[in-house]
Amino acid sequence: MTPACQGPPICIIGLGNALRGDDAVGLLAARRLRARIGDCARVVEAEMAGVEIVDSWADAQIVILIDAVYSGASTGSIHRYDASSGPIAGIKTARSSHSFGALEAVELARMLGMLPPTVIVFGIEVGDTAFGGPISPAVSQALDRVMDEILWEYEAVTTSAGR
Amino acid sequence: MPEQPRDERTIKVDMIARVEGEGALRVTVKDGTVLDCELRIFEPPRFFEAFLQGRHYQEVPDLVARICGICPVAYQMSAVHALEQIFGIRVSEPLRELRRLLYCGEWIESHALHVYLLQAPDFLGYDSGIAMAKDHGPAVARGLRIKKAGNALMTLLGGRSVHPVSVQVGGFSRVPTRPELLGLRDELCWARDAAADTIRWVAGFDVPDLQPGYTCVALHPSDEYPMNEGPIVSSSGVELPATEFERHFSETQAPYSTALQCTLHGETYLVGPLARVNLNARHLSPLAAQVLSDTGISLPLRNPFHGILARGVEILYAFEEALRLIDRYEPPPMAAEPVTVRPGTGMACTEAPRGILYHRFTVDADGLIREAKIVPPTSQNQGRIEQDLRLFMPGLLHLPDDGVARGCERVIRCYDPCISCATHFLRLDLRREGRA
Repeated sequence: MTPACQGPPICIIGLGNALRGDDAVGLLAARRLRARIGDCARVVEAEMAGVEIVDSWADAQIVILIDAVYSGASTGSIHRYDASSGPIAGIKTARSSHSFGALEAVELARMLGMLPPTVIVFGIEVGDTAFGGPISPAVSQALDRVMDEILWEYEAVTTSAGR
Repeated sequence: MPEQPRDERTIKVDMIARVEGEGALRVTVKDGTVLDCELRIFEPPRFFEAFLQGRHYQEVPDLVARICGICPVAYQMSAVHALEQIFGIRVSEPLRELRRLLYCGEWIESHALHVYLLQAPDFLGYDSGIAMAKDHGPAVARGLRIKKAGNALMTLLGGRSVHPVSVQVGGFSRVPTRPELLGLRDELCWARDAAADTIRWVAGFDVPDLQPGYTCVALHPSDEYPMNEGPIVSSSGVELPATEFERHFSETQAPYSTALQCTLHGETYLVGPLARVNLNARHLSPLAAQVLSDTGISLPLRNPFHGILARGVEILYAFEEALRLIDRYEPPPMAAEPVTVRPGTGMACTEAPRGILYHRFTVDADGLIREAKIVPPTSQNQGRIEQDLRLFMPGLLHLPDDGVARGCERVIRCYDPCISCATHFLRLDLRREGRA
């Protein structure tokens, strides 16, 4: 962070798989956000990330996670969840045989007292996640919108802190 | 942080994208007897066999790393060894040892995740690692720190902790300096001791009775615990080089699964930590051997639920081996051996965290891949998993269906199979016929 940065330490984590079409949306958001506010926020591109994201946000007061979501809503829908005070309603965190997902890591950190005070999750409803596929137009447009939303929140936080 | 105006609604998010596959189990029981048991596995490596055709050999390590987010190094190691066989490359000893060090990082990461967050909850009576963390916070925190130490090895050697990018045919794109490696030493020493505590912890778990009588299969080098080299051996007396793999191991397509099932001379067999420990115990590092011996649990391990113990032993081994390799490290004269392309076919097996991983490549005179074959550990264990389920399930049938499903998941989890990153990995289709 540069001395001119205001507000509490922020960590932005974009999750996704660059090789699976719409699933890359979180990574793409992180890349754009790094270009815009990377001097003042820690921005992490997390491919296949699981429990290790707990280490990514060490010392941050505010965490913003951006991930692909399937919920049955229309492709490109943006969901905003506040995970600061409790688990996100409706999200299942049952065990897989093999992996431990990012939102499970959030809940694990909560149990261990390792969760930053503010955790916001932006979920972008994805459509096609085929291997090697491009990002769909609907998700591409959602990427623009979610950028606006995140930057709006970021400005609100840093501006209020600077007053 | 301000709330934006937004209609309140609850959305059921069944899964986040990036589902690697899914597993489903179909069981038919009649009068308390298991008639059929079919484990359906979706298996991404098969896509890559076609995907790799026409690619340049230099792209292969980065491409195969994408097959699995948990064990990318294994795919890279089997690939580079197969390709180096074609090109007649033998890497220098420091490069060989760096590859071993990288593999230590992967074993630690993979095993620590499985022991602490995926399988320990089964033994301690929790539905998830998250629920377990509420009552066993210090243990889970220990597991996370152990895993982080493995991540640090992967990041230093591989360039990043997931999907490493430094592995090349012939060596690495960059090798670490001695100070960089020594910088990890203190944390690795802590983690070594924590790994010993891990073995003591899991050795105290109550283990269900299940003694299937396995044929174990693993690599078996003459002078070290297996990772990248050595002939393939079995507890039934088979010994063969990786080049002979396809003459003895055969894959068949089960109609209910996209994964091929692999057998050795027509019989199911076991690969992975338990098989490795059983076949290579004499090459365990001193502390790993001692702590295992102190548990009073004797080898060979015959119960699949002792897989968690074998993983614990291998975590400790990997830390001791990593420290040994770091202490003797001198940077190699070249980060990678020179490569002269020549056409041919090469085969290699290395020890992925879940067991032997076989690769065969055919390369043309331009260095392009003409054919690729990949046999992952999960398809090799699939037949064993089904047989274990047949043995274990009769003791579960008095339970309602969800209890049967949980019991079956416990068995399947012993193998840590690559079947799913979905929230509920097992869809159970239980057909009860007759009185059962």
